[in-house]
Amino acid sequence: MNFFEQDLLGTPQAWAYALVIGAAFGFWLERAGFGSSRKLTAMFFLRDFAVLQVMFTAIVTALVVLHVLGLFGWVDVTHVYRTETVLAPQIVGGLVFGVGFVAGGWCPGTALVGVASGKLDALVFLGGAMLGSVAYAFALPSLAGFTELGACGISTLPEWLGISPTWIVIAVVAMAVSVFVFLERWQKARAA
Amino acid sequence: MQRQATPFWNPYLSGIGLGLVLVLSYVVLGAGLGASGAIARTSAVLADRVAPVAVEQNAYFSPWFADGSPLAHYLVFMAVGVLLGGFGSALSAGRVAPGIERGAGASVFVRLGFALGGGALAGFASRMAQGCTSGQALSGGALLLSGSWAFMFAVFAGAFGAAWFVRKEWQA
Repeated sequence: MNFFEQDLLGTPQAWAYALVIGAAFGFWLERAGFGSSRKLTAMFFLRDFAVLQVMFTAIVTALVVLHVLGLFGWVDVTHVYRTETVLAPQIVGGLVFGVGFVAGGWCPGTALVGVASGKLDALVFLGGAMLGSVAYAFALPSLAGFTELGACGISTLPEWLGISPTWIVIAVVAMAVSVFVFLERWQKARAA
Repeated sequence: MQRQATPFWNPYLSGIGLGLVLVLSYVVLGAGLGASGAIARTSAVLADRVAPVAVEQNAYFSPWFADGSPLAHYLVFMAVGVLLGGFGSALSAGRVAPGIERGAGASVFVRLGFALGGGALAGFASRMAQGCTSGQALSGGALLLSGSWAFMFAVFAGAFGAAWFVRKEWQA
């Protein structure tokens, strides 16, 4: 039984676990080189693909492990917090976020690691992100309608496409591995 | 002379490490990783110092004040953890160094201006999309949530689309 299932995410005990899990999250982000805005943005200039490699490997690892644990009945991913799909704000939000990412040099999690590494631009980015959050809260009334556009409730790709989860997992793994093989070959060819 | 920073770890190894932390988060907390939520909650507390009435009556912020402080939330503790874990890792690798990262074509003023503006866009957008690269793309992506995958592809599209316009900021 996890904290969310028992409605105990608001307890100090859950917060203690969240602190430890956050520390592990920050550790791996920093080890990957994500305490550097240059490294984070290099992908968008085709110089270094660590963002894609780390992100896709993390998704594939978690996807496969959660799926296998689920097959054995050890984890039930329907009993965890899942964000509802609302297509319009998530697609438009994604596009705007991407612009902010390459212009600002950070995303929220990596900016925390940047601040921990002493980067002033990360601190300024976080200040901007707070201004943006407040702006959203006060802009919300004028976004009425849009924030519900394309609402699908809790929607997963297997349900949406009508394909069994196992096949989707296999397809995502195959896609990630193909991208990695392509990147490795391309980088080697370019270096030569 | 500072001691030489150790190299970053292999991206695939780092990805496996991150992925396992995400699994742990789902198994123990029953929720994925997140970062923008803590930033938004901190912004609510700071804005409350300036305009308490407006903030506490705001439809988006008011539920966060309903049972005490907006900071009494697991995502805030997770963000504090990210700061601590990031600092520990950077310190042990010899990578804690005050500075501003920028390309040769950007002055400090320009770089910080873009950091502020880019941060504002990312902060606004992560509220709109109900999460950022951590909460939506990574955490939701691993659960195969449709909206998370839509968000992730949109982020890459937005960033690649805007890259040309900010190339001088990052020029080698």
